[in-house]
Amino acid sequence: MSKKLLLQHIDVPGINTYEVYRKQGGYKAVEKALKEMTADQILEEVKTSGLRGRGGAGFPTGMKWSFLAKPEGVARYLVCNADESEPGTFKDRYLMEKIPHLLIEGMIASSFALGANTAYIYIRGEYFYVHRILENAIKEAYANGWLGKNILGTGYDLDLYMQIGAGAYICGEETALLESLEGKRGNPRIKPPFPAVAGLWGRPTVVNNVETIAAVVPIINEGGANYANIGVGKSTGTKLISASGHINKPGVYEIELGLPVEEFIYSDQYCGGIRNGKELKAVVAGGSSVPILPKELILKTAAGEPRLMSYESLGDGGFQTGTMLGSGGFIVMDEDTSIVKNLYTFSRFYHHESCGQCSPCREGTGWMEKILKKIISGNGTLSDVDLLWDIQSKIEGKTICPLGEAAAWPVAAAIRHFRKEFEEYVTNPQNIVDVKHYYRVNNLAAV
Amino acid sequence: MPKVTIDDIEIEVPDGTTILQAARMIGGEVVPPAMCYHSKLKTSGGYCRTCIVKVEKGSEKDPRPMPKPVPSCRTTVMDGMVVRNKTAPDIVEARAGIVEFLLINHPLDCPVCDQAGECDLQDLAYEHGKSHSRYDFQRRTFEKIDIGEHIKLHMTRCILCYRCVKTAEQITDGRVHGVIYRGDAAEISTYIQNVIDNDFSGNVIDVCPVGALTDRTFRFKSRVWFTKPVDAHRDCPKCSGQVRLWEKGGEVLRVTARKDKYGEVESFICNECRYDKKNASDWVIEGPSKVDRHSVIGANHYENSVLSATDDRQQTGLPHGKKVELGEGALNPNNIY
Amino acid sequence: MNVKIQFSEKALASVNEIIARYPADKKKSALIPVLHIAQAEFDGWLSAETMDYVASILEIKPIEVYEVASFYSMFNLKPVGKCLLEVCRTSSCWLMGAEDVVRFIENKLNIKEGETTADGKFTLKTVECLGACGYAPMLQVGDKFYEFLTLEKTEKIIDNLDSTGKRSTYNGWQTGKESEIIMNRVD
Ligand SMILES: Cc1cc2nc3c(=O)[nH]c(=O)nc-3n(C[C@H](O)[C@H](O)[C@H](O)COP(=O)(O)O)c2cc1C
Ligand code: SF4
Ligand code: FES
Ligand code: FES
Repeated sequence: MSKKLLLQHIDVPGINTYEVYRKQGGYKAVEKALKEMTADQILEEVKTSGLRGRGGAGFPTGMKWSFLAKPEGVARYLVCNADESEPGTFKDRYLMEKIPHLLIEGMIASSFALGANTAYIYIRGEYFYVHRILENAIKEAYANGWLGKNILGTGYDLDLYMQIGAGAYICGEETALLESLEGKRGNPRIKPPFPAVAGLWGRPTVVNNVETIAAVVPIINEGGANYANIGVGKSTGTKLISASGHINKPGVYEIELGLPVEEFIYSDQYCGGIRNGKELKAVVAGGSSVPILPKELILKTAAGEPRLMSYESLGDGGFQTGTMLGSGGFIVMDEDTSIVKNLYTFSRFYHHESCGQCSPCREGTGWMEKILKKIISGNGTLSDVDLLWDIQSKIEGKTICPLGEAAAWPVAAAIRHFRKEFEEYVTNPQNIVDVKHYYRVNNLAAV
Repeated sequence: MPKVTIDDIEIEVPDGTTILQAARMIGGEVVPPAMCYHSKLKTSGGYCRTCIVKVEKGSEKDPRPMPKPVPSCRTTVMDGMVVRNKTAPDIVEARAGIVEFLLINHPLDCPVCDQAGECDLQDLAYEHGKSHSRYDFQRRTFEKIDIGEHIKLHMTRCILCYRCVKTAEQITDGRVHGVIYRGDAAEISTYIQNVIDNDFSGNVIDVCPVGALTDRTFRFKSRVWFTKPVDAHRDCPKCSGQVRLWEKGGEVLRVTARKDKYGEVESFICNECRYDKKNASDWVIEGPSKVDRHSVIGANHYENSVLSATDDRQQTGLPHGKKVELGEGALNPNNIY
Repeated sequence: MNVKIQFSEKALASVNEIIARYPADKKKSALIPVLHIAQAEFDGWLSAETMDYVASILEIKPIEVYEVASFYSMFNLKPVGKCLLEVCRTSSCWLMGAEDVVRFIENKLNIKEGETTADGKFTLKTVECLGACGYAPMLQVGDKFYEFLTLEKTEKIIDNLDSTGKRSTYNGWQTGKESEIIMNRVD
């Protein structure tokens, strides 16, 4: 049985309420942090733990915290990124819905470590029912003295607020999130300056993902070194994986980093294998933006080693034969899936979500979607496939924020690994046009 | 003072200088094109990505190269930095890609556009673009609208450089227009029928690098190349009063701010100077303007490139590089088609 | 400005509570949550008049509100049907048959995606990933997530909505007492 640090009490009835959470040892990390530790000691523990950002980029959290500027007399902020909009990712919602106090506890301990007296949780607008759960949990925390003035009599003050978005994936990008929090369009800022120096309202700010902040709780409780003992190499601790697609048991799983991908897909403890007895075709392992890998490459690296669920192992082989752990949005596709059409849904997504500030992303994402639409409707040509490749290469690395890459990578990877399928679409369009469901078995009408 | 090397030319610049400014200090070929940056507007630049360059060496202290191309207009020079612009083939190629992106939804209506002859996009396409477009879908179009009695908005031509928004925000005392919607549906708009009008609102016309915002009081009166620019000034209580008059046969057809060779407004002017002083006698004439534009007017040629296609469907097969030499004052693309 | 519309007392209380969450000179930060309240209060969409009203409350220029309202996909700048049916169309949902759900609703209501029924009851919209990928396919109606959809389930949901006839806007800002907190995830 794999160790659980975030979800170990998830099945305790009423764990979403303050009383039950507290009874299960909740808020001990806050007690320990505020009463027994200094801010620097917490920072050291987080550094020792090797915790890396769970929002997608995997940046070491301790290092991020140590960059925070601390000018005299200027307020600084901790902002939690609960925008969760990367297709395939739904773990933050799960955590906030099931065990909201874990996030609040993490927010308090982290804010204390950063010297922030005000903190915000920016949550995507569509999660309406989660807003209520969170709002309620925040109220409970205030009522029980974990938030507000002079927490636990230590003299430390913290106000925690929830702020809601209104439908924009780009607001997950941390500087766009800050703009949105300031009541503006979600346009990513041009960096530098980085939020650690000039963030919310121009003041030093740390932005962390929900899961990252929640992980601070076990790190404080059990110590950074113990946390670092879990996992493999530089991928320490546990990770929430959102599993979706053609599997028997979709859902959110907490895994120890380093778990073999094969075990994750086929074990009954996790995804439980491919549904309807089908064969696995491909996996998008870390949310829509990471490169898709065909069965052979997701189960084993190019060198024939078992592929593990870790930052390094998934990244093994670079983009030629590898991918990324990303946000842990694990989308599984069976043998009947059209990779081209799936890519179309991704490209349509990025086109829909481009903020429109910089020209390569604004114009390029729409262009790619149009070409893909042309291809799946049977009107594509071989040169369209090459054009698609060229356009993605002209977006990648030339944009203000990484949405450009996020839009380019899936296109590049799909062509790289499934070029034959693209060619079939353009050379044999009859098959596809005539038989609408050619590539789709998910005909609900037949179920 | 930091030293920076751009395309193998070294220069020492004041602290805080951007790569673009340093390149402009050197001048000539090493200067990257800039469509959205405007030195007199705070926080401008960074959007269009035409000015991207390669940083081969970050600084003396940290010599690592930067992993991606950077916008030279928003990147500060560090001591020992080594930058490549024209001498980096991947930058030249990447820039051609950016130009293509900027053009896929552009109407290519230069022959009927007021800005033709003084359009930064036209220059950009000529100098940095490719000869034909690979975009074979319908282009985005918008209705032309009047915003107030002086300004025409032709959104179809806009490249979303944000300059006019920043001008309205920073130069005028009440912004009523902005960017609405998002992605490739984003547009410059007042949203509801609203009139841009206050003492300095006319400056949005001058900062527009393309023909999206034009002077209604000038429209259709004359092509730019038939008019003769002269520098003039007057004692103006509101602004510097230093303007450029565009005249024809002794008649003042249009008043604009003076622009430097990078298309930047030298000093913003008020609406009174712009719209209400159209008699030569209102002005003290200084002499012919030194218009130092790199292509269209200055070099006295009109490029038969993708930008001169009149028809949206006419995507391919346009001969490239055919230069048309014309007599002075006859530089008119209408004659070519 | 000639403002005719007015928030209810309850909504105004929420608005003031939200404004208090930000430094006094950063009122604009309250814009997005306040627009949600406005949309819930005024028929599920944001008219220019509504946006001007919000601008006056937050002491910002109307264009600043238009810029923001038009950026975010949850704000409707045009009137919508009483029930806005939002079906996720992105990868995981598509893999699990979202297209069939859309087609089914189109046939059932005799409208196309993006359209509103003649009686103004339903608007059908396809949207991008709503974070329910593991429970796909899914449909959001107002503040409710309907997940693991089948065609029969979809039919029941729509029939049910039809009979209650209530407007399904995102329910504004519900801070409320504990007893008011309802789980709105519908499996
Ligand atoms: C286009 C884009 C979307 C993103 N969306 C999210 C998101 O929904 N949630 C998230 O936590 N991080 C997201 N990120 C990453 C954030 O920018 C940022 O790296 C993260 O919040 C930092 O937190 P962490 O270090 O704890 O991961 C996104 C980044 C980009 C470029
Ligand atoms: S890359 Fe796309 S989303 Fe990011 S700033 Fe540019 S246009 Fe906006
Ligand atoms: S001029 Fe530098 S990005 Fe536009
Ligand atoms: S793909 Fe539909 S909810 Fe994520």
